[in-house]
Amino acid sequence: MTSRMPFYVGLAALVVTGLSLAWLRHAELGVPWLPGEKRPVWLVEARVDFIARDEPVLVSLDIPDNPPGFQVISEQAASPGFGFSIVREQGDRRGEWSVQQAEGPRTLYYKSQVVPELMPEQPADEGTAPAAPPSVFWEEPQGTAARELLREAQQRSSTPESLARVLIKRLSTDNPDQNATLLLDTDTKPVILKRLLHQAGVPARLSTGLRLEDARRRQPLQTFVEVHNGERWRVFDTDSGEQGIPKNVLLWQRGTDSLLDVMGGERSRVSFSMLRQTVPSLGLAASEAGRTNFPLFGLYQLPIEEQGMFRILLLLPLGALVVAFMRIVVGVRTSGTFMPVLIAVAFLQTSLMPGIITFVVIVMLGLMLRGYLSMLNLLLVARISALIILVIFMTSIISVVGYRMGLNPGNTITFFPMVILAWTIERLSILWEEEGAHEVLIQGSGSLLVAVAAYLVMRDPVASHLSFNFPELHLIVLALILLMGQYTGYRLSELRRFAAMSERD
Amino acid sequence: MWIAPRALQQQGMLGMNRRNIDYISRYNNRRRYPLVDNKLETKLLAEDYGIATPRLRQVVRTQHEIRQAARQLAAMDSFAIKPARGSGGKGILVITRQEQGRFIKASGQALDPVDIERDLSNILAGLYSLSGLPDVAIIEDVIRMAPQFTGYSYQGVPDVRIILFKGYPVMAMMRLSTEHSDGKANLHKGAVGVGLDIASGRCLKAVQFNRRLYRHPDTGRHLHDLEIPGWRQLLLRAARCFEATGLGYIGADLVVDAERGALLLELNARPGLAIQVANGFGLLPRLRHLEALRRAHLSPEERVDYAISTFDRQ
Repeated sequence: MTSRMPFYVGLAALVVTGLSLAWLRHAELGVPWLPGEKRPVWLVEARVDFIARDEPVLVSLDIPDNPPGFQVISEQAASPGFGFSIVREQGDRRGEWSVQQAEGPRTLYYKSQVVPELMPEQPADEGTAPAAPPSVFWEEPQGTAARELLREAQQRSSTPESLARVLIKRLSTDNPDQNATLLLDTDTKPVILKRLLHQAGVPARLSTGLRLEDARRRQPLQTFVEVHNGERWRVFDTDSGEQGIPKNVLLWQRGTDSLLDVMGGERSRVSFSMLRQTVPSLGLAASEAGRTNFPLFGLYQLPIEEQGMFRILLLLPLGALVVAFMRIVVGVRTSGTFMPVLIAVAFLQTSLMPGIITFVVIVMLGLMLRGYLSMLNLLLVARISALIILVIFMTSIISVVGYRMGLNPGNTITFFPMVILAWTIERLSILWEEEGAHEVLIQGSGSLLVAVAAYLVMRDPVASHLSFNFPELHLIVLALILLMGQYTGYRLSELRRFAAMSERD
Repeated sequence: MWIAPRALQQQGMLGMNRRNIDYISRYNNRRRYPLVDNKLETKLLAEDYGIATPRLRQVVRTQHEIRQAARQLAAMDSFAIKPARGSGGKGILVITRQEQGRFIKASGQALDPVDIERDLSNILAGLYSLSGLPDVAIIEDVIRMAPQFTGYSYQGVPDVRIILFKGYPVMAMMRLSTEHSDGKANLHKGAVGVGLDIASGRCLKAVQFNRRLYRHPDTGRHLHDLEIPGWRQLLLRAARCFEATGLGYIGADLVVDAERGALLLELNARPGLAIQVANGFGLLPRLRHLEALRRAHLSPEERVDYAISTFDRQ
């Protein structure tokens, strides 16, 4: 028997390395141990995609200009081969990329770090009062409808703000009257609102804002209407009529019509992704003082989209730890070794209950369909492939039905790993044929149990904070898993399985 | 409902983790697994080492051989068809006699030659093999159950599972199929496990679903006077599997044929742990005893004699 000594020394080395690296990071770079000890920083990334037409290219993107409630601490553009400059056109701040010649698909990034202001102060008066609004022309019969709507609204309001509120209410009810319907048929609600306000002689403009949510990709812009009350601009939500900017909304574009102009390219589009970083006050202070780069090592330098992925990727070791513990020490039987971790990752996106329900529904439907497939006597690969397609169908249907019923989680079902689901169904179905429904129930609920346990661990704010900000701590997870690989004691389940041994004869 | 880990330790129970780490991965070389995962290979290997197995009649490897094979089967009174890589008794078809060109199964059901051909075709397509790999079908003589065993089993022939450690038989159990287990010999499906004394081949204890019982649930026959005829010969044939496979920790499944005595059915490189419950004591003391042996016995005969004299009922 070889000595176990080197093994344990190796494990100790892993733990020591992990702890000391983490301590170094904490002491030198000021990364705090707990998620509570820091200020959030939103890293917002606008990504512009377009196809260049082999001619001079000029891309102009509207960028935030002192967005109310936020402080921009750094801005940078990633644009290989392009020149970048920030210009001000008629009081409007824009980022401009240019290149003499470009061809084919191009991607440009604009990144900005914003910090929510702790004490949102009243926005300063934005210079001079705006010019009188332009006159508005309507086609008939919309003209009559607009006049009628405006007349009624003006009767019930006294100030520009109250007029805006009444108009929003009139246009947003569940069953708008004839006038409102007629107008809404011609254009979007924000545009109609702006025109009605202009017609009433109230200066109004449209703004778009980004709702800041952690690790979101392709976040859509939300349109707001701003009304000038003679002193300052007031922001209104065009659906609820609420005044003021909602918390966590970053006003991206204010008072301009175009978000993105591309000359010399086609099929351009812009998408936004964002990430909530927690940055210690120290690092924040440093970057506010003019240094735009974050500390040298760590994952902060990656593009946000990748950082979001790493955040999930770095949770997987914890899930693996849970699986190892549940299988080796507890002795839970699962279908497929690491399937529960992937399901748990999906739960992170869908939240727990909707996740469990959809998972159970998809697996049950899948087992029924698989029952039919098994009658066809297909070869394994064809059977799995067919199953994958069916699983995708089912998730699409559930998504659509969920959306119709107004259940938001419907959209996030696509996070479920389809291939893994198909394999799970196949395994459980074989198990059903070979060992009966009882065993399927045991392994199915075992998998679910492990998935929920892994979910609870991975969702823990401290765990996710430590795993992302202190990647070296995973060495300790690794050591724990290696240690468990040596566990030769009884499993918890065996204490039950061998319970019959206690009756002595 | 629960038992303390200390109590399990006192009885020397081997747990799953210890079995995997200390025995299977230490004593079983992965490269030799194919020898036991494929019944045909096991069989050919066993023949080379003088271990009797049910007589091989035919091997069907390709689809076009099926027609020919079916014609030859028509000339045989009884036979068993098995998938070489099947596990847990799946896909096994046992024909006991023929009546007017129809094949009669052990359960009394009659099959047409077409049914036999379809079954062979399913086996070749991998329907019963692990992960659906293409397989071959082997056709063997049917086992004639030794008369001593009538009434001990509901359908199916009872088989003897022997745990071999470094070639020494360390624990034995007979598995009796029941109505609940659907004629199968799998303990978790409800077959009765009868722990056997290594020294004598006599019943020590019988369990079904981990509960002790004294009579066969279907036939009502008393289990405590169960005794395996030709016990030493059976142990000897099992013990030779160590030389044949080179695997240190295996389970050998044998049956007792009325005419030919103990025959090897299959080998298992990851034998289960339920055998300990059927015997009423754990494997660990015996395994440790053998691990501590200064000089291992070289011949199967010596090992069997050593086991018989050492592992007497404690």
